Amino acid sequence: MNASQTLIALWTLVLKEIKRFTRIWPQTLLPPSITMTMYFIIFGNLIGSRIGEMDGFSYMDFIVPGLIMMAVITNSYSNVASSFFSNKFQRSIEEMMVSPMPNWTILMGFVFGGMSRGLGVGLIVTLVSLFFTRLSVEHAWLTVLVVVLTSALFSIGGFINALLADKFDDISIVPTFILTPLTYLGGVFYSISMLPDFWQGVSMLNPILYMVNVFRYGFLGVSDIPVGWALTAIFAFIVVLFGVALWMLERGKGIRS
Amino acid sequence: MAEPALSIRGLTKVYGNGFHALKGIDLDVEQGDFFALLGPNGAGKSTTLGVVCSLVQKTAGRVTIFGIDIDKDFAKAKYHLGVVPQEFNFNQFEKVEDIVLAQAGYYGMSRAEALPRAEQLLKDLSLWDKRHGSARMLSGGMKRRLMIARALMHRPKLLILDEPTAGVDIELRRSMWEYMRRINREEGTTIILTTHYLEEAESLCRNVAIINNGDIIRNTGVRELLAELNTETFLMDLAHPIEQLPEVEGYEIRQVEPTQLAVVIDRGQRLNDVFKVLSEEGIQVISMRNRSNRLEEMFVSMVKGGQNTEVRS
Repeated sequence: MNASQTLIALWTLVLKEIKRFTRIWPQTLLPPSITMTMYFIIFGNLIGSRIGEMDGFSYMDFIVPGLIMMAVITNSYSNVASSFFSNKFQRSIEEMMVSPMPNWTILMGFVFGGMSRGLGVGLIVTLVSLFFTRLSVEHAWLTVLVVVLTSALFSIGGFINALLADKFDDISIVPTFILTPLTYLGGVFYSISMLPDFWQGVSMLNPILYMVNVFRYGFLGVSDIPVGWALTAIFAFIVVLFGVALWMLERGKGIRS
Repeated sequence: MAEPALSIRGLTKVYGNGFHALKGIDLDVEQGDFFALLGPNGAGKSTTLGVVCSLVQKTAGRVTIFGIDIDKDFAKAKYHLGVVPQEFNFNQFEKVEDIVLAQAGYYGMSRAEALPRAEQLLKDLSLWDKRHGSARMLSGGMKRRLMIARALMHRPKLLILDEPTAGVDIELRRSMWEYMRRINREEGTTIILTTHYLEEAESLCRNVAIINNGDIIRNTGVRELLAELNTETFLMDLAHPIEQLPEVEGYEIRQVEPTQLAVVIDRGQRLNDVFKVLSEEGIQVISMRNRSNRLEEMFVSMVKGGQNTEVRS
């Protein structure tokens, strides 16, 4: 395929993915918006008003970046995991496999699709948050960069999960038992400076902590960890996981007998 | 001489559980041919086609499509290939038009090029009225036609049809045959067909390979194969039920129903001898037809004794 044909193929797949999650918006776009609104009302407003300040900001202002990031992570991941696995399950992945599309195009197509949903939901949650607080952005480019990279990283993660999955249960195990706990313990609702030294050390092993903190730094200008180091780590994870996903795809893992 | 549309040499497939699905098969399909790949369930037909389409990884062997080695440039080879699989493999929730347009996109066709092509194919296959509907609302026959339209979007030179008319009613099957004949005749598309309806292979195909237990046990022309058929069975419908089976020396006659006889005729024998005896006994025949497809008889006899009659031509 020449460059122009490859771009057409990639755009076709991305558009198809976007159509898919917008067609089923009551399952994909609405639930996270409602859930996050509940978080804003209950944690931000009702409980938050009694908590007081966190790192020098109102509790509502503190949790908004974390909640946006939480929505981006879970939606990016679950979009690719469920869409790719559905394609495997219905065998419609064969449409792509018999075509001359390079494997990296297939991978990028699904990843861009996941990013579209993750970032789309992130935008919706951001807009919802404006009903509860006045958002200020200290470092706009950094904020955009980290949310885009995080979305890409978890989209690739969802892709690998779907490649390895044999049944629908397999694509819910990682989000339920790994992603959700790591997100909740990733400094979304609290600053790790509140934790004893030991648990601060343990928290530093949680990759989501870095993403949430850099994102929060973009909004508020405060972070528990060095920003440059976190960005490097996110980028390195993307490169490694992209390589792993592509390698699995080339070998036909989970899709070729 | 033109490169074969498909050339397979020493193709071997051993699955992870140790099952030898293909045992080093050789096969050539010439350009413009209408070719049948026949065999019982589990013989290796779908595995062979799966390797050609990149859905199955081969263990050993060489496959070329119009001279392009799939190990060297599979992407280029895939441009020549259209695939209609045995089972529905599209997203049932997508619109008919979106399914065919997406397939064109995967081959790098621009939307401006794909739209008229989709219109032409959907009209040819009587799906135009359904283009805005969800694929899951289509009948089984329509879904099969949708897969044919999808496979033809990028104008492949080699079309692989894996049991394309399975579960399709007779009328629709005949119209699909006509369509396949047309694209083979008018557009020169090489077609490889697997089917369990041997009447389909006999009616459509010029050449045939029979595969059994991972080996090709026969590869020849359909006419040549039929010429080897030594016996043919005719069903005779009688005007009145008979109580006693007529006996004609040298002929095998069986009673299928009270008003139906099956007469097996060997090569060189004449039906006149049978009619003469029937007339003498006052048995009136009101109609007569072949009991079954002739190729089917040949196929059954070959597959039953397949292991002992391996012939490659």
